[in-house]
Amino acid sequence: MQALTNKAQAVNRAPMSFWERLYLINIIKGMFITFSHMFKKQPTIRYPEQKREFSPVFRGLHVLNRDEAGRERCTACGLCAVACPAEAITMEAAERQDGEEHLYREEKYAAKYEINMLRCIFCGLCEEACPKDAIYLSETFAPANYTRKGFIYGKDDLLIPNPTTEAAAFAAAKGVEA
Amino acid sequence: MTLLSFDWAFIIEKLIMIAIIVFASLGIALYTTFGERKVAAILQDRPGPSRAGPFGLLQPLADGLKLISKEEIIPTHANKWLFILGPGLAMTASLMTCAVIPWSTAVDVFGRHVALQVADVNIGLLYVFAVVSMGVYGIMIGGWASNNKFSLMSALRAASQAISYELAMGLALIALLMTTGSLSLKTIVEQQVAGNWWNIVYQPLGFLLFFIAALAECNRTPFDLPEAENELNFGYHQEYSSMKLGFYLFAEYINMIMSSAIMASMYFGGYDLPFFNEASVAPNIAALIGVGTLLIKIVLFIFLFMWIRWTIPRFRYDQLMNLGWKTMIPLALFNLLLTGAVILAKL
Repeated sequence: MQALTNKAQAVNRAPMSFWERLYLINIIKGMFITFSHMFKKQPTIRYPEQKREFSPVFRGLHVLNRDEAGRERCTACGLCAVACPAEAITMEAAERQDGEEHLYREEKYAAKYEINMLRCIFCGLCEEACPKDAIYLSETFAPANYTRKGFIYGKDDLLIPNPTTEAAAFAAAKGVEA
Repeated sequence: MTLLSFDWAFIIEKLIMIAIIVFASLGIALYTTFGERKVAAILQDRPGPSRAGPFGLLQPLADGLKLISKEEIIPTHANKWLFILGPGLAMTASLMTCAVIPWSTAVDVFGRHVALQVADVNIGLLYVFAVVSMGVYGIMIGGWASNNKFSLMSALRAASQAISYELAMGLALIALLMTTGSLSLKTIVEQQVAGNWWNIVYQPLGFLLFFIAALAECNRTPFDLPEAENELNFGYHQEYSSMKLGFYLFAEYINMIMSSAIMASMYFGGYDLPFFNEASVAPNIAALIGVGTLLIKIVLFIFLFMWIRWTIPRFRYDQLMNLGWKTMIPLALFNLLLTGAVILAKL
């Protein structure tokens, strides 16, 4: 039979020699292997004190962005929800009233915007679909929760802090995101 | 009045000695569990327990506290009396061994000459042997009383393993006996202190056999078949909880310490520090150095035990029996013949 790869190795079925049957020599060899591991660098990251750096392309929890004036960018077009392969995003649109121009950038905004983090596969397609740069995937991940309901993130969980009124919190959120 | 006129100071001295040795062995055993976890971790490129206290040094105390605070369960169909007797027996048997180990040369306390040994019996080796073979009763009774098929299997394994390896162990010891001519551990150590070489030089094969048998007697990997997590669900201590389980686990570590002490005394000169003349310092300091030396030897042996445990996988049961009966016993007999021949040739 033609081998598919050249990695196949024939099993050696030769009877063991006296030294192999003695077993002790191989035990000592094995013991030196484990002993050499005493001097190897431990790959352990002591978690609460040390944290592993995320890769620059890590896709974590979503963030709903605001513009420089602190207005929500989302216009509730629903492209993210359509793009979402896991159907994790639901939203309800509402019309911007007079006097709300400082809150919402477009004439239509998302009154309700929910992402089910248990359904979400963090593929980032919503981020790609968004025409308004309103949704981004950050570098944090969803913390544990006691209930399934706790994993449905609403607008208050997702919106980035307002850069004009809560500059410090916004900067912190940006820092994580960057 | 001759009955009442015995040496009270002698009794007090021995009682203090017993208390010190028992508590010291318990303390060392406590930290051996910590050492085991650390050694295992380091050999596997992990840091090991490091949270409780500096370097995780309080970990064994936390473990002990956890064991004590667990619920004490006696299964309904277990034989209650035997179920309680099992761990007690295991612990007693492993602690009894320390009675004949000579810890160091004698010290002078308040003008008294105090030998650092609980009992210098002239049949020390036989005593060790007798007590070690008692140890299997703890496992057997525990396994039987649990009324659990896995525990029973494990008890059977433990018993047959102990019997098989005791033979090789005994034969290895007889060869040592032929060279030293004494059963007293103190005499054996003193001979090594006085002589040029430790007994390991005269009995390398005997030591190897004794060491392997000691691994089997302590139920340590690669001979931990009575525990065999993957096939017997922890075997004989499966039904045990709380401090009764703790006693079993502890007994294993004390067994390790004691067999290390015995191996150090019989083959590696006991409290003898090489290239050092004990007579050149005050007797008390010499005794202290002796204790330190013996402890270092014990620690090295314990490390060897752990090193082996985290290197070698467990034997299969038939391999264990083959090794015991078809390899170890013939080798021990050969060693016996060789020793006898050399002694005869020297005469």
